[in-house]
Amino acid sequence: MIVRISDDAVAIACGADAVAAAFLAAGVAVERVSSWGMQWLEPLVDIDGVGYGPVSVDQVPDIINGTAPSLGRIEDHPFIAKQSRLTFARAGKTRPLSLDDYYASEGWLGLAKAREMGAQATIDTVMTSGLRGRGGAGFPAGIKWQTVARADADQKYIVCNADEGDSATFADRMVMEGDPFMLIEGMAIAGYAVGASKGYVYIRSEYPHAIAKMEAAIKLSAHLVAPFVVEVRVGAGAYVCGEETSLLNSLEGKRGEVRAKPPLPALEGLFGKPTIVNNVLTLAAVPWILTHGGDAYAAYGAGRSKGTMPIQIAGNVKHGGLYEVAFGITLGELVNDIGGGTASGRPVRCVQVGGPLGAYIPPTQFDLPLDYEAFAAADALVGHAGITVFDDTVDMAQMARFAMEFCAVESCGKCTPCRLGSTRGVETLDQIIAGKNVEENLALIADLSETMKFGSLCALGGFTPYPVMSAIKHFPEDFR
Amino acid sequence: MVSIADILAEHKDREGPLLPILHDVQKAFGHVSEDAMREIASALNLTRAEVYGVVSFYHDFRKEAEARPVLKLCRAEACKARGVEALVPIADNQSRVKVEAIYCLGLCAVGPSAMVGDTVHARLDGAKFKTLLEAM
Repeated sequence: MIVRISDDAVAIACGADAVAAAFLAAGVAVERVSSWGMQWLEPLVDIDGVGYGPVSVDQVPDIINGTAPSLGRIEDHPFIAKQSRLTFARAGKTRPLSLDDYYASEGWLGLAKAREMGAQATIDTVMTSGLRGRGGAGFPAGIKWQTVARADADQKYIVCNADEGDSATFADRMVMEGDPFMLIEGMAIAGYAVGASKGYVYIRSEYPHAIAKMEAAIKLSAHLVAPFVVEVRVGAGAYVCGEETSLLNSLEGKRGEVRAKPPLPALEGLFGKPTIVNNVLTLAAVPWILTHGGDAYAAYGAGRSKGTMPIQIAGNVKHGGLYEVAFGITLGELVNDIGGGTASGRPVRCVQVGGPLGAYIPPTQFDLPLDYEAFAAADALVGHAGITVFDDTVDMAQMARFAMEFCAVESCGKCTPCRLGSTRGVETLDQIIAGKNVEENLALIADLSETMKFGSLCALGGFTPYPVMSAIKHFPEDFR
Repeated sequence: MVSIADILAEHKDREGPLLPILHDVQKAFGHVSEDAMREIASALNLTRAEVYGVVSFYHDFRKEAEARPVLKLCRAEACKARGVEALVPIADNQSRVKVEAIYCLGLCAVGPSAMVGDTVHARLDGAKFKTLLEAM
């Protein structure tokens, strides 16, 4: 009997280490694997494909003697069976730092294919796949790669943006903690394709487990990706460093202030050199695309949103976790059918999609398909595809205030609309919450939001109006 | 005992070494002092103002040591949706542990969550949170 238990941060935070220790103490072999992403079931125990969870230490004897109730085969669980796992194909199945497991599950095939077909054909394959930047902006990855490849320079860089700061997002963390070699392979393919010899993974300091796994995986695989070299750099608690130009300044050892564009990082990026800045999920999708072909990836998805998106269902939700599926699935399916509604059992009041800069969406719009263009048309963002579910106890005026407060705390200070606008926004919302000159102050907030949206240098100031204005629009009763 | 000079020597071949240096100094001394900033600035050929600017920009770096144990409580949207705000009065009613807000530990489906050092805690409720604070 081999017991498999995840060693990712969610499993550990839910007590997986103690459960693993209890199995070991009973003389049962334990393998620490990546997480299946069924987070409401963590710690999830997997014995020959059959799942038990959430498991506490006192249930361990019953599981060993076969009297504990099981969840059935994990692969057949409706949460898993309906997914299209391309990026998360190994989730729950492999040991994160086992090169043997990685080789045995199509590992390094993408890099081998890239080296065989050549740099330009590799870029063409990414272009064909329709892969768009998974960080939020949705910029076509192939075009970015082509721009860097064509730039003439003595040094180029691959920078992996792993500063996953949005609330309700954890897919980057799961890649780094569960399948770090896949990310390294994706970066090595990018490096080969554009002629970059050095890659940096910029990981937020809030993710110590991801940092440790990536550092270990880089050491173990250095000889496989050489001459390409990967190095981890740790952020220092600044949300704005998830913005690509601010991240580059931070990597250079400066204040994480946003840079004006142009110049584009693709031409003048890290240390002024041509640089690919891609999100973890973008680079992690690349090995699959190279292994199976660009057309196979493009066969998934809807409209101009090709491929799959690892969606993160979080907040007050019954079945929270990672759900990778082709673009086009509706919000209602995700929240109600897959997520099972709220964890509290109360009615869903709204969801926020795309992190702290994303819009609040009421259930009347749950027919919205997850698709970059459809969301943009509804004044919302797909962002990093994190969904936070709220029940009917949420006070939307407080959430709007928090959006402004968060922007004020995290603003880099470079541009005025973001730096001052957010603070004035908190003050004005405080007036509204206190019932002072409500209509005039709401008009002021609308005006301020316009200024922030069009006058800010980056998405922090520019998108903070989304949660604020969507809360006012859809839940006016909370402001009056 | 590690010195600033040791840390500087360890990072001398890195590109853009300031953040890794500051992380190591913060880890070794619990804060980045004026003297440390002066020494770092001189070694990297930066002005003290530049180093001070970086130290003060990032939430992770402290200019003065924190004597109390520190717990970082996630106060972001997903943890709010799962009831973290109800834990805040418990934090406010004690002064032995410094409770700081953090924006997202990536444990968004199992919140409220907190981090002490590198140890993460999830599914906190009032009782668990109190126990956690008392054990620190």
